[in-house]
Amino acid sequence: MIRTEKLTRRFHLGETVTALEDVSVSIAPRDFLAVIGPSGSGKSTFMNIIGCLDQPTSGKCWVDGQEISALSSNELAAIKNRKIGFIFQHFNLLDRLDARENIELPLMYAGVNKRSRREIAEIALRLVGLADRARHRPAQLSGGQQQRVAVARALACSPKIILADEPTGALDSKSSGELMDLFHSLNEAGRTIIVITHDARIARRASRVIRFLDGRVQ
Amino acid sequence: MTLLDAIISTGGALQRHKLRSCLTALGIIIGTSATITMMAVGAGAREQVAAQVRSLGTNLMIVMPGNANQSGVRLGAGAAPSLTDEDTAAVDREIPSLQVISSVVNGNIQVVADAANWATSIYLVDVGYLEVRDWRVASGRAFDPDEAVRGAQVVLLGQTVARELFHDEDPIGREVRIKNVPFRVIGLLAKKGQSALNKDQDDVLLVPLVAGRRVLGHNQVKSRAVAAILVKMREGLSMNKTEEDIRSLLRQRHQLQPLQDDDFTIKNLSEVTSAQEAGARTLSILLASVALVSLATGGVGILNIMLVSVTERTREIGIRLAIGARRKQILWQFLLEAVGLSIFGGVAGVVVGFVAALIISQMAHWTLIVEPWSVPLAVASSVLVGVFFGSYPALRASMLDPVEAIRSV
Repeated sequence: MIRTEKLTRRFHLGETVTALEDVSVSIAPRDFLAVIGPSGSGKSTFMNIIGCLDQPTSGKCWVDGQEISALSSNELAAIKNRKIGFIFQHFNLLDRLDARENIELPLMYAGVNKRSRREIAEIALRLVGLADRARHRPAQLSGGQQQRVAVARALACSPKIILADEPTGALDSKSSGELMDLFHSLNEAGRTIIVITHDARIARRASRVIRFLDGRVQ
Repeated sequence: MTLLDAIISTGGALQRHKLRSCLTALGIIIGTSATITMMAVGAGAREQVAAQVRSLGTNLMIVMPGNANQSGVRLGAGAAPSLTDEDTAAVDREIPSLQVISSVVNGNIQVVADAANWATSIYLVDVGYLEVRDWRVASGRAFDPDEAVRGAQVVLLGQTVARELFHDEDPIGREVRIKNVPFRVIGLLAKKGQSALNKDQDDVLLVPLVAGRRVLGHNQVKSRAVAAILVKMREGLSMNKTEEDIRSLLRQRHQLQPLQDDDFTIKNLSEVTSAQEAGARTLSILLASVALVSLATGGVGILNIMLVSVTERTREIGIRLAIGARRKQILWQFLLEAVGLSIFGGVAGVVVGFVAALIISQMAHWTLIVEPWSVPLAVASSVLVGVFFGSYPALRASMLDPVEAIRSV
């Protein structure tokens, strides 16, 4: 599903910082992968590249068979939109939109008409157990509920891959457990799940773990 | 993402900061309303000048005695009694391009009718006068040539004089006394309104030249003098050519030497009106500058607020890019917001301009005409301002790096 070959990413911040060096990883379809490692080890950079938010300095990355450095900005936008669902530590919902409108957003960029958007958003909300919170704004929801809305948004375009960057970082343990249950059921339904985490309990529930240290996979 | 989706989203974004949106649009509102008012003033002034020309008479030329530069002493036009009935007759005879001509002698008299009396202007005129001035008789009739020649004691009343002397009664057939001489009212003149110099043109009496001279009792020397010769030219003929013909004819008749100045003045109406047109034009240019400057200032306001907005919403832009927005869609989102602001300013400006034009026309008693096409022009220019000043912030928004954008607070 995702394969990287000698992926290297350097940043030029006065001096050159190597965030990722020669990372070659292969992630199979239906994998549940936990990415662990200390802060600054390069796991977020890795996630941004396989999520098509960032481009590697050198090396190659295939997402669902397409090599991303060869793609135009519009083609990358389409991959982010259709094949990947992103979940962030701080939810990153738009404050002025309610839960349903947030979920409709990726569908809008996918060109889905208004009625279908609404239906899909309602289904996604039911799936994450928030059918009764459709008209609530993020500020009116708890952290756990906001993250579930974010999951529903990630699922809206039925992507094959879910990328989650420390999704439980801002949640209490009960909400974290519920979120992991949700990830598991999604994984069982056939999705590839990649979770960056600090939490050893979560890593234990993954089918596979890779550890980053100083920009390299150990 | 359809255009409708984008427009709805834009409306929401602008509504969220209502005060900010209104203040940002203010520059555009001022610019657009100045444009609308400017064009209304311009069109109104043109129409007013045209109306004044019509009220004086079209294709009209006025010959007056005297010259502003005679013998080194500057006298006003009309100061020297150099024109006579014979000049009028000669011009009528010799100048083929004129349609009709009339001598005019004027004075001020007290006119009496029964108990009422009124001080007014009296014009002693030839039969052709009404035609020269494009003036109609509202009721009754004009003089006939026979009455003119034998000096019948008949009079035409202007609307104001008729109202002052007879109120609502029909003046036709009634008698008025001028210097104690009875005149019969045979006609009531149509309303003409104010002249270019704000003189009430309806406050006037017209009597045949011969009868008027008898009553006013000019002395023998001046008995054939006229205060002006009014000439109406045939449609479509050159005013300048006719003016030259009249000039050389009168110089010859007055036996002026080649180096001598004219002892008469020819006034062409286009000269009279051109000054007013210039005034209106100056005002238009002034308002156009105000409009341009405030549109530009308003545009800079939009530029400024859109840059602020892009900075504030950096995280939103990052999120949108992460969930699959194309860069072009982000560009359009912010461009639409800028254009939305300027359209709002444009439409509000049209309304404000409309009201301002109305108030100015009430307060200053000017004619203001809001031309229908000025509305789309004003709105289009505000859209243009929105696109021009909104494109840089929108471009910046679309070029953001999603990773950094999401990380920003």
